[in-house]
Amino acid sequence: MTETTDIASQIQQTITANDVVLYMKGTKEMPQCGFSSRVAGVLNYMGVNFADVNVLADDSIRQGIKDFSDWPTVPQLYVKGEFVGGCDIITEMTLSGELDTLFDENGVAYDKDAANKIREANG
Amino acid sequence: MAMQAHDIEALIRESFPDASITITDLAGDGNHYAAEVIDESFRGKNRVQQQRAVYAALKGKMDGPAGELHALALTTKAPA
Repeated sequence: MTETTDIASQIQQTITANDVVLYMKGTKEMPQCGFSSRVAGVLNYMGVNFADVNVLADDSIRQGIKDFSDWPTVPQLYVKGEFVGGCDIITEMTLSGELDTLFDENGVAYDKDAANKIREANG
Repeated sequence: MAMQAHDIEALIRESFPDASITITDLAGDGNHYAAEVIDESFRGKNRVQQQRAVYAALKGKMDGPAGELHALALTTKAPA
């Protein structure tokens, strides 16, 4: 098994074992990039239980996750093993309510009032 | 090595010759841009598919060790 398949299978295991996974720069408590911080912030504010993976802690994961999803940037959000998007897409989906729908459809618990507050705050 | 707005537009234009492309410089540091791409080829595709196509057009200029462009806020859609 070459090194890359190890990374890919490692990632596959993580996104299968956890309903919601955020590959990010830094951690959910200490994000280290504005975009990662925004997505982690939305998930924290909405009370979503998610696994955070700090790509800065492991360069092979930092590159591996981009190859895995054919997506060149971090953060990357996965729900039930499916790649949902990066910061722009998650922001759009939060404001449009599509993220609520996605969580509802996948049985992911979140705070509906908090989601509404985000939309109200963003007018 | 930072990038100029017209470099980004040219790269996207190569893959989307008929698209309406708007590049906005967010920070003036050649590293933080917003790009809006409106193209017929996006019709019927979801956002991830649309944006993947735009990232592919940028041919590895994005993030990562060789990436010159740290931040590109992308908005993509099919013409109304």
